[in-house]
Amino acid sequence: MTALLEVREVRKSFGGLHALNGCSLTVQEGTVAGLIGPNGSGKTTLFNVITGYERADAGTVAFGGQDVTGLATGKIGGLGVGRTFQLTRVFNRLTLLENLQVGRAGVPRERRGELYGPARCMELLDFVGLTALAQAQAGSLSYGQRKLVELAMVLAQEPKVVLLDEPAGGINPTLIGQIADRIGELNRRGMTFLVVEHNMEFVMGLCDVISVMERGAVIACGRPEEVRKDPRVLDAYLGGALDDGPDDGPGGPTGQTEGIEGAQP
Amino acid sequence: MNDPLATPLWRGARVGTAGLALIAAVAFPFVFTNPAVTSVAMFTLLFVGSSSAWNLFSGYSGYMALGNAVFFGSGAYFLANVAKDLHLKGGIGIFALVPLAGLFAGLVGVPVGWLALRTRRHTFVVVTISIFFVFQLLAYNLHSLTNGSGGMQLPMPPWLADTYNNYFYAAALVVAVVAIALSWAVRRSRFGLDLLAIRDDEDRARGLGVRTERVKLAAFALTGFITGMCGAITAYYLGSIYPPFVFDALFDVTIALMAFLGGLGTVTGPVVGALLLEPMQQYLTLRFSNAGISLILFGCLFLLVIRFLPEGVVPSLARLLRHVLRTRGEPQAGPGDPPPYDSPADHSPAAREVPR
Repeated sequence: MTALLEVREVRKSFGGLHALNGCSLTVQEGTVAGLIGPNGSGKTTLFNVITGYERADAGTVAFGGQDVTGLATGKIGGLGVGRTFQLTRVFNRLTLLENLQVGRAGVPRERRGELYGPARCMELLDFVGLTALAQAQAGSLSYGQRKLVELAMVLAQEPKVVLLDEPAGGINPTLIGQIADRIGELNRRGMTFLVVEHNMEFVMGLCDVISVMERGAVIACGRPEEVRKDPRVLDAYLGGALDDGPDDGPGGPTGQTEGIEGAQP
Repeated sequence: MNDPLATPLWRGARVGTAGLALIAAVAFPFVFTNPAVTSVAMFTLLFVGSSSAWNLFSGYSGYMALGNAVFFGSGAYFLANVAKDLHLKGGIGIFALVPLAGLFAGLVGVPVGWLALRTRRHTFVVVTISIFFVFQLLAYNLHSLTNGSGGMQLPMPPWLADTYNNYFYAAALVVAVVAIALSWAVRRSRFGLDLLAIRDDEDRARGLGVRTERVKLAAFALTGFITGMCGAITAYYLGSIYPPFVFDALFDVTIALMAFLGGLGTVTGPVVGALLLEPMQQYLTLRFSNAGISLILFGCLFLLVIRFLPEGVVPSLARLLRHVLRTRGEPQAGPGDPPPYDSPADHSPAAREVPR
């Protein structure tokens, strides 16, 4: 297995807050990697740095052996890094079909019809089960449905690795199962995933390896059953709730107790 | 969701209406020969063009430009200068320069857009207004190009009074049709989709690989092209131009108001808005002369539109029509509507192919 995505010693500060504090992470090709950690531990910031939405203060991000640190978001997307957002970001006043047709990162002109043509987009909508709503405005959909639209939007870009930011957050259990099925199916076809998620059942069931973040750095990494027993991980979740550190984000402690559900053996 | 207005019947009705409107527009000067009427009609068509052009950039992309008179004035002064430098005589030939004036205004749009489009939202609005005033000031002071407040004369056409307006009416109609056709073509293209995506979430669009800077600038310049042609025709019609008349702040607001009234971001919205507002504005000016009352009424109307028709006339009517068609066709609550919550029925786990 080769490393598809390699993050090395990335630092990112917002004023006095060190959101990423020497964070390193490797995602192997063909795996589903999980990324967990208390609220405010820097998971979303890491996603933003990897995908170019934010610039790292220090450190490097390499994708497929190529240094992509500081490249424009569109460029990084064009290389094959797709992502979804914690709060969905779909184009509210466009139809679902139109949503899937936006963007063309790195696609040669002659392949655009094939990739962004209505037939291909309907296939993707069918894959996430939203064919019937193809002509509906994305803004009129429920939160869970918008998450699925986002997934389809990312797939339309034909990414090599997909970064999912809380794909199961705020979604009903039936739908969560379906999202997990879809991810598993795509993974079997060779797509790599990096998933941030608080739902432990979802993460433990889906991921091959799990990395744990705490205060801007990865503190543990391993197979789900190893991570589950790692004392540092339990400390990051439970310890953080007991001695409330100064740089915990708002709502930190509540998020931590929420996160531990199902993590105990 | 099945759109009841997307059936072949309604699509045919729309095409038919457009065709009838075009025939009516062509026949208009033959039916109403009074020069006072054809003059109003010509200005209305120019506003159809200018407002559609405004909508092409601002309506689609969400960037509310309030300085499009920059294009209007640039086109007007371009025509005046070319006609002066080449010692052209009045006649139909002058109209051949109108597209060139449009191109010039479009070129002006490139550096202006490059500057203004570094900003977003409210800042963008303020920057466009500021650039507009810079251009007005330049028109007052660049004497070699504009003759300052002395104004510039354009060649006098040799036409008789009773058919005089018809030439300008025809030119305005061509520009209006071009503007509508471009709006329609852009709306249906990938370029238009990129603009609409920028309106909804610009950073996300960029993340998906939309070259946002290029797309915005291209639309801005295209708007300049159409608006510049409207300015050139206006200049030729008026015969003489002065800085405050072609670089007119009221023009900036009017074309935006027309698009707001008709329906922002729709192809027909600005057309409907211009058809409603321009004759009214002309009437008010005629009725109350220059007392400024027309401006006050105009401002009040703007507030009313924002308050009661935030979507505009066209989308509101379309919504009403859809509602009527749905309730008549399907007595039970519209099953075509998206379910409000995640319903498992919509995501049946029937084995799906992974699209590759």
